[in-house]
Amino acid sequence: MDEHRSSIELRLPSRLGFEKVAMDTAASVAHLMGFGADRIEDLKTAISEACINAMEHGNKLDETLCVSVILSMDANSLEVKVVDTGDGPKEHAVRPDIDKKMHEEETARGMGMFLIESLVDEVEWVSSPHRGSYARMIIRLHPANNNSKAQEK
Amino acid sequence: MQEKMTQVKMEEIRCGETPITVLRFAGDITSASQAAVLGTYQGISNTTKRILLDFSDVDYLNSSGIALVIQMLIAASKTGQIIQTFGLKPHFQKVFTMVGITKYTTIYPDEKTACAAFSS
Repeated sequence: MDEHRSSIELRLPSRLGFEKVAMDTAASVAHLMGFGADRIEDLKTAISEACINAMEHGNKLDETLCVSVILSMDANSLEVKVVDTGDGPKEHAVRPDIDKKMHEEETARGMGMFLIESLVDEVEWVSSPHRGSYARMIIRLHPANNNSKAQEK
Repeated sequence: MQEKMTQVKMEEIRCGETPITVLRFAGDITSASQAAVLGTYQGISNTTKRILLDFSDVDYLNSSGIALVIQMLIAASKTGQIIQTFGLKPHFQKVFTMVGITKYTTIYPDEKTACAAFSS
């Protein structure tokens, strides 16, 4: 793949299930870039969760609103921006407390942001209701010190 | 686009003398799977104490699907049932471990090993 940065943009309806189009596209791109199978699985889950958050919380499952997924790649990394029309996340990613979930002191759901942060090398949440709020994720071919977050967990 | 349907097959097996109920999942497990997953689980008698979850044919499992597994574990803990798990692909084993589910269900590589753990 060339040294310059190139990109692909998808526009998905806010309908659950369409996140798999983004997952499959990102997996194909990551494969072409030379990512290993494990990292591609990490990427697929992170993108899936980001798209579901954008559809459910950002666009309130309004199918007339699109979720944009922009894949930008260079020789060393793949950046994925998932853009919706909402206000951005109101909370930070929190590690799930399985004991609280099992005791019904915490909802069984609400693990998406945690999974995203755990599975990619870098993530940023940007709130911009007028221009489009987004999650920006980066996964690197050669993480610094060969010590990605996913390997740490 | 339609999500790939969740299929759940309930099967009674014996591991030695030990009766075990197996829920065999196939397809996707997502927020659309609630009726299939929890509905099938609710069809299991409260007298059943050993349950295996077979994920061998699950292609896609997201955080909403994991939440359904947690809801099954919550219900099982209330009736004294023990749930063990096998057939998860390595990536989903990692995800289960990340969210802490493995504190409440052990992941086995295959059905034989999971059964053996129940009867030991």
